[in-house]
Amino acid sequence: MSKLPMSKLVVRDLQRSFGGVQAVGGVSFTLRSGDLLALIGPNGAGKSTCFNLLNGQLRPDSGSVRLDGTELVGLPPRRIWALGVGRTFQITATFASMTVAENVQMVLLSRARRLFGLWRPAALQFREPALALLERVGMAAQADRPCGVLAYGDVKRVELAMALASEPTVLLMDEPTAGMAPAERLALMELTAELVRERGLAVLFTEHDMDAVFGHATRVLVLDRGRLIAEGSPDQVRADPRVQSVYLGGEA
Amino acid sequence: MSFLLVQALSGLATAATLFLVSSGLTIVFGVTRIVNFAHGSFYMVGAYAGWSLIERFGGTPAGFWGSVTAAALAMGVLGAAMEIGLLRRLYRSPELFQLLGTFGVVLVVQDLTAWAWGPEDLLGRRAPGLKGSIDILDQPFPLYDLVLIGLGPLVLGLLWLLFNRTRWGTLVRAATQDREMASALGVDPARLFTGVLFLGCALAGLGGALQVPREAVTLQMDMAIVVEAFVVVVVGGMGSLAGAFLASLLIGQLQAFGILVFPQITLVLVFLFMAVVLVLRPHGLLGRAEEVPPTAPATVTVPLSTGGHTGSWALALLALLAAVPLVAGDYALILLTEVVILALFAASLHLLIGLGGLVSFGHAAWFGLGAYGSALLVKHMGAPMPLALAGAPVLAGLGALVAGWFCVRRSGLYFAMLTLAFAQIAWSIAFQWYAVTGGDNGILGVWPSSWAAGKAAYYWLTLALCGGTLWLLRRAAFAPFGYALRAGRDSGLRAESVGIDVRRFQWMAFVLAGSAAGLAGGLYAFAKGSVFPTLLAVPQSVDALVMVLMGGIQTVAGPLAGAVVFHLLKSEVMSLTDWWRLVLGLIIVALVLVFPRGIVGFLSGLRSSFVRRRA
Ligand SMILES: Nc1ncnc2c1ncn2[C@@H]1O[C@H](COP(=O)(O)OP(=O)(O)OP(=O)(O)O)[C@@H](O)[C@H]1O
Ligand SMILES: [Mg+2]
Repeated sequence: MSKLPMSKLVVRDLQRSFGGVQAVGGVSFTLRSGDLLALIGPNGAGKSTCFNLLNGQLRPDSGSVRLDGTELVGLPPRRIWALGVGRTFQITATFASMTVAENVQMVLLSRARRLFGLWRPAALQFREPALALLERVGMAAQADRPCGVLAYGDVKRVELAMALASEPTVLLMDEPTAGMAPAERLALMELTAELVRERGLAVLFTEHDMDAVFGHATRVLVLDRGRLIAEGSPDQVRADPRVQSVYLGGEA
Repeated sequence: MSFLLVQALSGLATAATLFLVSSGLTIVFGVTRIVNFAHGSFYMVGAYAGWSLIERFGGTPAGFWGSVTAAALAMGVLGAAMEIGLLRRLYRSPELFQLLGTFGVVLVVQDLTAWAWGPEDLLGRRAPGLKGSIDILDQPFPLYDLVLIGLGPLVLGLLWLLFNRTRWGTLVRAATQDREMASALGVDPARLFTGVLFLGCALAGLGGALQVPREAVTLQMDMAIVVEAFVVVVVGGMGSLAGAFLASLLIGQLQAFGILVFPQITLVLVFLFMAVVLVLRPHGLLGRAEEVPPTAPATVTVPLSTGGHTGSWALALLALLAAVPLVAGDYALILLTEVVILALFAASLHLLIGLGGLVSFGHAAWFGLGAYGSALLVKHMGAPMPLALAGAPVLAGLGALVAGWFCVRRSGLYFAMLTLAFAQIAWSIAFQWYAVTGGDNGILGVWPSSWAAGKAAYYWLTLALCGGTLWLLRRAAFAPFGYALRAGRDSGLRAESVGIDVRRFQWMAFVLAGSAAGLAGGLYAFAKGSVFPTLLAVPQSVDALVMVLMGGIQTVAGPLAGAVVFHLLKSEVMSLTDWWRLVLGLIIVALVLVFPRGIVGFLSGLRSSFVRRRA
């Protein structure tokens, strides 16, 4: 791959505690355009908390997150989104009272700053581009179903389409394939990898499925009890004895 | 100096009563998560029952205190009965149904009390042995009030012992923290909850019975106290006993000294205090963040349907309505004018509830503000009708702009309480600012311009203005604005993470809904020719909620149908009986008990997808 590694997102010494419990303790890493970076770790390691710190949903106790040099800490989620950071949630969050297509249309409307419209029906605006995005994630056939009735794996795909709708440069995906069948899982990871190649997207994702991680990630970060204990290529991480003891060892 | 001391002491006596009542309310809330509107009714009936018993047995100290205790216990029993008969079915309902259902009880109890004790105010006898007053720094102070002052901390202490030193109390605290866990411990939650209602309502009854020697027993006691108790509970932190105690003390003093400084607006002071506390300390003085769990949404989450031919149906209906004056007489036209106005009122509330998931318990504020705006413009500025009508939505919109800024900062129950507080502020102003608003007497002589004076002409005007506004509201509901509002309701998290400033949309919706309600209010003022403080009162807000509920929350046309049915019911059926509160209360209770089953189909889809997500 011939890409100029550009530092997209620079995370320095991010810390956050809940009560007395340190959920994230001094995490630093760099995410480059073209990266498909996996953040792995056992349950409760602090992965989702990391994501919430990155997209502004939680405020870190200390540390910094810079996107192309701009400090993100302290900005509300919607600002960070507007700067080009999209995300999907571990516990899916979509607009249950809208159809699949309308969910994506909302994001497109928001991006075009057309949300304050009081006149033209929302359902008629940006429908074509929304359908194109749904086509991409394989949800076009269900475009007019209410989002509230979809299967879990399908909601995850809608979330991906919604995240892509704002044409982000950084994409944060918290367990994007949870609840999917193995074949679907593979397809979604391949789609993600394709987007990374095509658009030079910088993707950070968490995953419990090791095939997804080691089959697709360009680099892997290992988090344990809030601290990064290993970082490197999938092969390096797989071979790391510390990782095997805290994480892979536990699974074997 | 001594005068100030006595003032402070009388503030303490007020605080003691407030604490007795609100401790019950907060205990019930802590365990059941229901804000019991009917709590004030137990206070009122406690006072009536206490009065009867004291009249008969209260000649001796033992008889007096025995009567007070008996009245309190009787209220406990009634509270337990309400838990078994009503609340039990509402624990899993959205807060809207809980508030409305218990308000239905308020109405029923009002009529039953009037039936049992008559409409006259009752003056009770003084407490034997405590009739005099003692001098405190040369100022006389009633002995009985001193006893009350002591009673507050005493009850707090007893409750503390109950909750910390008895098995039952420990179980209740466990249930407060975690309902599911308590039932896993082998506690029968049903019995526990019944017991808690007994305790809570007995405390309310105690507070009521203790008032007999102090003030007249009246049919207005229930609303007055419950709204104050709401303030105490919200200020103290919902579910916190110590918080209720602290808040009672503060509010007692605020009232005692407020009356010296701003005698006209003591009520306003209390509600402003609450609004400020909530903005500075969102969970109240001593409340904790997790005290209020997210409740089930009051709204169904299926796509709103535009309906293929709605436009043509609406036009046909409009044409039909416009033709009515050709055949109908004046009486029918008056009725229909009111229906059309109320339809706009209900639809404006539906914008908040149905799209934003914002259950406002004080929507009458904007209706009334519009009505008063028009009336004041006519009365004090001699404005012609068109100008006065234009002023209605503007004034109401401005009011909603200010209040909305506070209200949308909080969601769920706190939002409901805040809207209620602002409605009470508006009501207090209309009620107490005699020089401008005429107080209780209202403002009379608000008649339409001569060109609109005929019943048919005014009807057509109303139809045009309301129809036009309804159409605008409907467009807004299906436009990106309405979708953004729904997005914030469906998932605030997702909305914020795709660039939607949820609070801003809610604020805008609040203002829009307020202005629309204001226009309805202005039209109402001219239709009636007068305005009264009741237009801003809680029952008016509840009427709007009932209209929205009756019509069904899930459709944009629902509130219109609700307004028709409700108003016809109220003016045609309920006017046949003196006991219309009883009838309305029963209708409301029936609605909330039957309706959740009606929307189960909608909710179950939501619930099962939620369960799947958790799995
Ligand atoms: N809002 C919160 N309040 C209190 N504690 C929290 C909160 N969010 C997370 N935690 C705690 O922080 C730790 C890290 O949680 P986090 O959800 O980040 O883990 P995770 O790595 O995403 O786990 P999983 O693989 O199960 O999703 C856990 O111990 C969790 O209990
Ligand atoms: Mg997680």
